Formats: sequence, C-alpha cells, structure tokens
Amino acid sequence: MKLTLRVWRQRNAADDGAMSTYEVDGITPDMSFLEMLDTLNEKLILEGEDPVAFDHDCREGICGACSLVIDGDAHGPERTTTCQLHMRSFRDGDVIDVEPWRAAAFPVIKDLVVDRSAFDRIVQAGGYITAPTGTAPEAHATPVPKPDADHAFEHAECIGCGACVAACPNGAAMLFTSAKVNHLNVLPQGAPERETRVLDMVEAMDAEGFGGCTLAGECATVCPKGIPLSSITDMNREWLRATVKGARR
Amino acid sequence: MWDSTVGKKAVMAVSGLIMLLYLVAHMIGNLKVFFGPQEFNAYGHWIRTVGEPFMHYTWTLWIIRVVLVAAVVAHATAAYQLSRRDIAARPAKYVHARRRASYATRTMRWGGVILGLFVVWHILDLTTGHVHAGGFQEGHPYQNVVDSFSTWYGNVIYIVAMLALGLHIRHGFWAAAQTLGAGGRSRDRALKGVANLLALLLTAGFVAVPVGVMTQVVS
Ligand code: HEM
Ligand code: SF4
Ligand code: FES
Repeated sequence: MKLTLRVWRQRNAADDGAMSTYEVDGITPDMSFLEMLDTLNEKLILEGEDPVAFDHDCREGICGACSLVIDGDAHGPERTTTCQLHMRSFRDGDVIDVEPWRAAAFPVIKDLVVDRSAFDRIVQAGGYITAPTGTAPEAHATPVPKPDADHAFEHAECIGCGACVAACPNGAAMLFTSAKVNHLNVLPQGAPERETRVLDMVEAMDAEGFGGCTLAGECATVCPKGIPLSSITDMNREWLRATVKGARR
Repeated sequence: MWDSTVGKKAVMAVSGLIMLLYLVAHMIGNLKVFFGPQEFNAYGHWIRTVGEPFMHYTWTLWIIRVVLVAAVVAHATAAYQLSRRDIAARPAKYVHARRRASYATRTMRWGGVILGLFVVWHILDLTTGHVHAGGFQEGHPYQNVVDSFSTWYGNVIYIVAMLALGLHIRHGFWAAAQTLGAGGRSRDRALKGVANLLALLLTAGFVAVPVGVMTQVVS
C-alpha cells in the first residue's frame, strides 16, 4: 500500500505547529498503524529529518499510551486503541490526517505527544482505597455480589488513554473520572471513601481545566474499552448523594 | 454546588425542569383560546385569583413569577459560565473535523439564547404590552392574542422560538435526567421517548395558537 499522510508537526510546546505531508510506501494490511508510522520514521531518519514523535508502550491495547486522532476520530476508524488499529482498515492511495489529542488540559509536548499528567493528579485525588499493604488478603474475606463485581470490572477496564477527552467538544474528562470513581465506589473495599472519593476527584478534574459535560456522547463513542455514557450518570448520582450527605465542606 | 461543574449542571437541570413544568401548564392553558373569548378571558382572570380566599388577589401568580425569574436567571447564568469554561477547555480545533452529536445537542447554546430573547419579547408583548401591535388592553387577553398574531413578525418570532423550544427540550429533558443521576441503561430509551414526546406536544400545542389566528379559527 502507498499512502499520503498529513501529520501534525510541532517542535515543542511553544512552537505553533502545522500539518506536514509525507508519502509512505511498502505498507502491508497486517501492519498496525504504529508500525506504519515506524516505517515513515525510518525513512525520515535515513533522509536526515526529525522523526515524528508519538506515544506508545505496550502495543497490545492495555497501557493507554498510544493517542492519535486519525481522520478526526480518536484512535481512528475502529473502536480500539491506535496500536491495535491495522492498516487493513485503510485503502491503497488513502490520504490520512494524523493529529494529537486536543484539550487545554493536555498540552502538546512535541508533534503528536501530549502531556496527560492531569489524569494522574485526578487519580491521586481519590482513585485508590485505603487498604493495608502486605500479603494479599484471603479472597473470601470480603464477599462481593456478582453484579457489583461485573460493574467494577467494566469500569476498571479504563486504561486512561484520554480518547474521551480528545473526542469531547468541551474537552471534558467526565468519562475517565466516572470510570475511576464507579470502579471503586461499587466495591466494599472502596466504601470507606465513597463520598470523599467522588467529591475530591471531581474537584481535581475541575482544577485541571477540563470542560463540563453536555451529554454529547462523543466520549463513549470513541472509548476503546467501551466505558458507557451511563457511567457519567452514575458518577453524577454519587456526587449529588455525597453533597447532600454533606460529606465535606 | 455552584463551585463544581457537576453541581452547576445540576442547578441547570433543576431550573430547566421547573421551567418545563410551567411550560406544560402554560401550553394547556393557551389551548382554551379555541373555546372563545369568554372562556379564555375567564381563565386569564382565574390565574390571578387562584388560592383565594387563602391567598390575596394575584399572590399565587406573583409567587409563580418569582420562582420562574429565579429559574431563568439560575439557568442562564449557569449556561453562560459553563459554556465559557467548555470553550476554553478546547482551544484548538481539529484540522480534520467531525460532527457526530445530534442537531438538538449542538444547538443548545444558540437555541437557549433565542429562547431567552423570546421570553423578554413575549412578556413585553402580552404581559406588559410595551411592544404590542394595536392598542394593548389589560384584562382582555383574547383580543391581545389575536392582535399579536395578526402581524407577520408576531407569527414568525413566535413560531421560530417554539421550534427552538422543541429542540431544546428534546436534548434538555434527557440530559437533565442524566445530570441528576436518574438515567441509566435500562431507562435510556424510555427517557428519550418521553423527551421527544414532550418536545413534540409542547411545540405543537404552542404553535396551534398562531396557526389558529392565521386560519381565522380564532378571531
Ligand atoms: C425557556 C425555557 C427553558 C427550558 C424549559 C430549558 C430547559 C433545559 C434543560 C432541562 C436542560 C438540561 C440540563 C442538563 O443538561 O442537565 C437545559 C440545558 C441547557 N439550556 Fe435550557 N432551558 C430553557 C431556557 C434556556 C435559556 C433561556 C438558555 C440560554 C441562556 C438556555 C441554555 C441552555 C444550555 C446552554 C443548556 C446546556 C445544554 C447542554 O447540555 O449541552 N436554556 N435547558
Ligand atoms: S474512559 Fe475510555 S477513552 Fe476515556 S481514558 Fe478510559 S479507556 Fe480511554
Ligand atoms: S500502546 Fe499501549 S494501548 Fe496502545
């Protein structure tokens, strides 16, 4: 396959940046999107040019590092991570636009790499449980009803990639934050901090400069892990419950 | 509440639902125009005497007015503040832009502005009479309604605003349920259905009045 790529190039955070056009040849349908970019970078290095910077780590869809907006879709045309997107989803001769995540809270560091440490600070505000460390506890000591375990697992799937923020017209982090809140709030292990968790995490989310939710639903459409829009509804309920209970303030 | 995006949105949802409740009552009341001047004017008089003898003349009406003004102010202030924040949170646009959200969802802000302007015009037209076409008569709402909808611009302003209202409710009712934590996967279809039904009934019910005047069913 031969492709034309239009890629966002930006030297550093202060640079303005612009789209640059490149041709890549020798692409096979079984290559991943990132392998296609590797091919482009090998060519650029041989030509003495600066290779395109992009984030990646596991390349198996579990770490959440990869983060590209491809033809206007976060993670591209398939509902998966960019690393698990294969070139068979494109056709020979296609022109493909590749851009970084766009949000005020995710500033571009270089080319397609953005700073997502805002997510870390949201998790630090309450995305944990106060469990004693040491050896693993006896599994049957704390029974968890099956529906609750399923609910927790569904939300624990969030890999913190940030596609939800990238797709949101308001740059909101509601889907990510709700996945983290609901994951722990439904479990007995998360119960002691049920109220403070949701209040603190929403406060941290606001402090990072993310937008608010207008229920546009773009986030749940692109989420590679299928976190549902109803997750946001559940977090709103938890937040209102904690506020009415006067858990803090 | 007010300091958080989630709390401010909840204020917006509650104030929106208060206005929605009022609009349902208002629409049903308006339909009485089809039963002649006597019945419509009597209804106009009744609004002022509800609650008597416990309430004094127009007290109930004034309580409703105060609640509604508070709801409009809270709703518009929250909408303005949240919208500014949302726009600031997404400063750079994508070169390859996509638009997936529904028309109703995308027009909440401008539709809301249209509704806000309409509310002001509507009060100056039929409550105070300041912009009314052809001698406003206090206590004769039937004649006033006929006069208003005998001008082309009266009809255009009203009908455009009611279409905007339908779109606003279509997204707004469902969204308010999510904001207040009352939605959920099992209830999603039902909530969307109720939102569409409310939007359709309100728009059709309100638009029926100018159409009635234009077709001389009401004259
Ligand atoms: C006239 C009666 C009005 C009714 C019945 C109404 C109702 C609602 C409801 C129920 C919501 C949903 C709240 C939520 O998402 O939780 C909403 C959202 C909204 N309203 Fe109104 N509203 C009215 C007027 C206005 C006005 C005058 C404005 C403009 C200042 C406005 C602007 C907005 C905006 C920007 C939203 C947020 C939309 C979104 O979720 O994306 N509305 N409205
Ligand atoms: S909710 Fe989905 S899209 Fe958002 S960070 Fe988690 S996995 Fe990524
Ligand atoms: S590189 Fe780890 S999820 Fe894509």
